[in-house]
Amino acid sequence: MEINKVNAINVKNVTKIYKTSNAETRALKNANLTIFDNEFFTLLGPSGCGKTTLLRLIAGFEDITEGSINLFDEEIVNLPPNKRSVNTVFQQYALFPHLDVFENVAFGLRRLNKDKNFVKKRTLEVLELVQMQDYGKRKPNQLSGGQQQRVALARALAPSPKVLLLDEPLSALDLKLRQAMRYELKTLQRETGITFVFVTHDQEEALTMSDRIAVINEGEIQQIGEPEEIYESPNNKFVANFIGEANLLTGICEKNGENGLCKLDAGQEVPMFIPNHIHKGETVTIFIRPERIKIKKSDKEKSYCTISQFTYLGNAASILLNSNTKSINVNLPIEDVKNFKKGDFVEVVFPSNSAQIID
Amino acid sequence: MNIQGENKTQNRILSLLPLWIVIGIFMIGPLLVMATVSLMESNVYGGVHFKFSLSGYQQILFDTNLFDEIEFNPAYIIIIARSFVLALAATFLSLLIGFPAAYYISRQSNRVKNILIFLVTIPFWTNLLIRTFAWIIILGKGGVIESSFNFLGLLDKESSLNLMYTNTAILIGLVYSYLPLMVLPIYASLEKMDVRLLEAATDLYSSRIELIRKIIFPLSMPGIIGGSILVFVPCLGAFIAPDLLGGGKKLLLGSLIQFQFSYARNWPFGAAMAMFLLALVILILIFNAKLNRRHRKYEAQR
Repeated sequence: MEINKVNAINVKNVTKIYKTSNAETRALKNANLTIFDNEFFTLLGPSGCGKTTLLRLIAGFEDITEGSINLFDEEIVNLPPNKRSVNTVFQQYALFPHLDVFENVAFGLRRLNKDKNFVKKRTLEVLELVQMQDYGKRKPNQLSGGQQQRVALARALAPSPKVLLLDEPLSALDLKLRQAMRYELKTLQRETGITFVFVTHDQEEALTMSDRIAVINEGEIQQIGEPEEIYESPNNKFVANFIGEANLLTGICEKNGENGLCKLDAGQEVPMFIPNHIHKGETVTIFIRPERIKIKKSDKEKSYCTISQFTYLGNAASILLNSNTKSINVNLPIEDVKNFKKGDFVEVVFPSNSAQIID
Repeated sequence: MNIQGENKTQNRILSLLPLWIVIGIFMIGPLLVMATVSLMESNVYGGVHFKFSLSGYQQILFDTNLFDEIEFNPAYIIIIARSFVLALAATFLSLLIGFPAAYYISRQSNRVKNILIFLVTIPFWTNLLIRTFAWIIILGKGGVIESSFNFLGLLDKESSLNLMYTNTAILIGLVYSYLPLMVLPIYASLEKMDVRLLEAATDLYSSRIELIRKIIFPLSMPGIIGGSILVFVPCLGAFIAPDLLGGGKKLLLGSLIQFQFSYARNWPFGAAMAMFLLALVILILIFNAKLNRRHRKYEAQR
């Protein structure tokens, strides 16, 4: 699927400050990002990081403190929500309790004064898209959580918005349903070709669904990139820790350059790329994913580590190594670690280019 | 099991006993007395002759003339109709003023909300009679309104606006007395409303007016209906505002009943009117319940 690079949303220097009588909260600090047309874009971060604030600013529910937001090159900061051609799927769905499913979905079209026949046709079409065509006459309180979710989606999609905003839409569903809906949402986005801006605190959701992810923390955008990029080469410690599991180890640079070498506190040597501005003898933090580390059996004298925890995960095992009071997390396929058990002396092997320097 | 079950029933009856006693003594008892009185013959010196008669009810529609012939007398029907129109007008005005007020209060911060609701209930702390007297000072000749009109030069010293002793004055008094009963239930239903529903409606291209018409109004319907009944019913039987502000010139149902007991000494007729009013109110409540049920059924069917 080719993404054509038309700017759908352009967020420029956006700052949002919430003022109460005795305090000021900076929810967003000088945020900049561009979301392309036809993209599944995810705003990812822990709760209270400002991701929902950004979404609400795009929807128009909050007044912006500073900066500008463009929707297909049109400034929308001064437009009220009902004049912006973006629609929102709310966290708790916010379906209108006094209207049935059909009228909920038709609501936006009716407000746009569309022709009656068109409203009917389009509403049925969208209901079919989310497989809710048989539930048109039900009231929202007669539907299950998953069904309400679909109606909320249909309602937001019906007016064919330029951008669809989704505020943690899956968080109220149980695990099984959540996983099924992930796939459906992704398919829906591909089929409709509408730009999705998806807010979540669930890194797995973000990695599986998104074309690109913006990781946000404490009101600041930490990194923007494709899922693989964010997972493989995080910009900083926060991103490394927030997305998946990470080992952050300190060591001393032995040699810089393409075939560099770093010596860890515990004594192991890690072959890796070390940029030239880091000189020999400098202390560095290196980042390595648990599944990139290999271990092999070793006798007591040669070994640096013992296995302090061995957790069986079915297809894999999570192993906690104790290396000179430091812990290292290792995650390996089960057939590679069949012969290991808690208390074994092991040697850690860092394959070249599996680790990288991190700020 | 069985013994326990019996115990439970016994407990339930016992715990509800105080309620039944209160309802029995203060509601059903007086009602029965009233019903009995309405079926007696009147005594010229007050009280009743203990003799069965329907004359109380007959008097609502018919009069006995000098020649002892029974003839149709529309006077009381006119009074009932006037009471109806005034009560309806008062309900409508209360809704017109009460709804925006309730909406405004429901949109404030929790602290401000509590203060405002407290302010709404303050009038209940003073006797209705005294509060209605205050309106005489406001509306009367040389009262607050006239003197401020004088001050602004809109009215010369000699003339009067003649606000007092009119239907308008009665209406003002009624709306003033029962407005809180409209505000509170509407506020309760608006307060429960999810703010995100309003956001969702705006997000789906609703203008301000459409927001009120399509979301806020339908969702506060239970409060509006409840408030309207709470205002309409006491307005129908009100006699303090009509007496003080209307000057008793144009009789209303409430004043008429009160008059029968205190001055006219025609208890059976007063009681009959009271029973008639009660029947009217019950009919309205039944009609409303039917309407509600049909509305709900219609919504469920769609």
